[in-house]
Amino acid sequence: MKIKWLFLCFFTLLLPLAVQASQVPRIAAASSLQFVLPEVLAEFKRQTGHSVRTTFGSSGNFRRQIIQGASFELFLSANEFYVNALVERGLTVDAGVIYGQGRIALVVPTNSQLKPDSNLAGLRQALDKNDISRFAIANPNHAPYGRAAREALQVYGLWNAIQPFIVKGENASQATQFAVSGSTQGGIVPYALAVSPIIAESNQVVLIAQSSHQPIGQRMVLLQGSGDVARQLYDFISSAQAQAIFTQFGIESSSVSQSPSQRVSE
Amino acid sequence: MDTTALILSLKLAFWTCVILFPVAIFFGRLLAWRQFAGKAWLEAVIALPLVLPPTVLGFYLLLGMGATSPLGEFYFSLTGNHLVFSFDGLLVASVIFNLPFAIQPMQRAFEAIPANIREAAWCCGLSRFESLWRIELPLAWPGAMSALALTFAHTLGEFGVVLMVGGSIEGETKTIAISIYDRVQAFDNHTAGTMSALLLVFSLVTIGFVYRLTYQRRQQVK
Repeated sequence: MKIKWLFLCFFTLLLPLAVQASQVPRIAAASSLQFVLPEVLAEFKRQTGHSVRTTFGSSGNFRRQIIQGASFELFLSANEFYVNALVERGLTVDAGVIYGQGRIALVVPTNSQLKPDSNLAGLRQALDKNDISRFAIANPNHAPYGRAAREALQVYGLWNAIQPFIVKGENASQATQFAVSGSTQGGIVPYALAVSPIIAESNQVVLIAQSSHQPIGQRMVLLQGSGDVARQLYDFISSAQAQAIFTQFGIESSSVSQSPSQRVSE
Repeated sequence: MDTTALILSLKLAFWTCVILFPVAIFFGRLLAWRQFAGKAWLEAVIALPLVLPPTVLGFYLLLGMGATSPLGEFYFSLTGNHLVFSFDGLLVASVIFNLPFAIQPMQRAFEAIPANIREAAWCCGLSRFESLWRIELPLAWPGAMSALALTFAHTLGEFGVVLMVGGSIEGETKTIAISIYDRVQAFDNHTAGTMSALLLVFSLVTIGFVYRLTYQRRQQVK
């Protein structure tokens, strides 16, 4: 008898989940959108009354999960490569669209000797003076922002000198957490994360020159089987209103080409 | 095949065993033979890593060992190294995380030694150290071996904590488990597959070895 009741309770608990799952679309978003996307979604909800369930993670991971059949309806990647890989496999509705150009920033915690500037001259000085023992970036092997950080360090000729001190975050968000933990002298992370009050209020944040790395065209795409709400959100993210929010977080609306870039490296 | 990561993992496992061995003997004997207030709680604390998510330990270690924390500053003034994002920090994490794997088999082994044997040793005038070295440890040897084997294998398999406090530094904090994750993330299934197979076989052999020791011990006791 007791067991019967337990089962009943259990299924009653599950019921709302089942109902919710059918209506609320799941979207996958790059972890660099951790702070900006909730604001966009809040505005979306104010206007349409719809909410979505967001999962943040590394774009490369999402590509793998989606190929393996994860039931996301919309995928906001931190670059184009991972979206294009899904497009090639026919898992998407179309080729998607670039919703913004990402920027990288140098983040320096208050206890660090490093003087931040947009062309990393301070970082060079700090390296020369042996002031750097740890420096955080996202893992360039699979995180788009990590790759951009590495490119910038290479362009300024610092990569070889700094490499022994690099700590790699598993994704852009963890890299940011490493950069501001006080255990590193700083890091190069998505501006979209660094600019949020929780980071920017207690750390120095400086944008790094856009010319120092390949453009980070952030592409989003609707996946096969996406419903009406996901499609509305897709349109909303392209709207001027959402773009204004993205711009506040340094993800500049894309005046650049909408076609897949020539970047093939991985 | 990431040999640097493999060697690092072996090194980490070795040092974890070296540090934990005396610790396990001390706590194993204490818990096996003594009754004292708060014993249940001490055992609970030691067993915690079995049930806590690695993220909990990782979180506390990040805060507790950070360069700005008292422990981090103390360690820096002592050694000139930081605890977070370093091999030393991983070792601290690994020692904490392996406490139950080292102590519990030792405790069981000491518990299995009949009280009259220890009493006989005392009556023969053996000092505490002689009694430990010549009577208790030889009898508890299978338990000690399984403690070491489990600790070693478990260190190779450590992932969550290392991911949180390591920072994936080649030759320093990028262990084989992290390297496998890294390769999978980079769609390098071939390398990930080789390393996974290696770990699988190694872990199986280790656990098999532990079970064989346990059977031998049971036969000895009979």
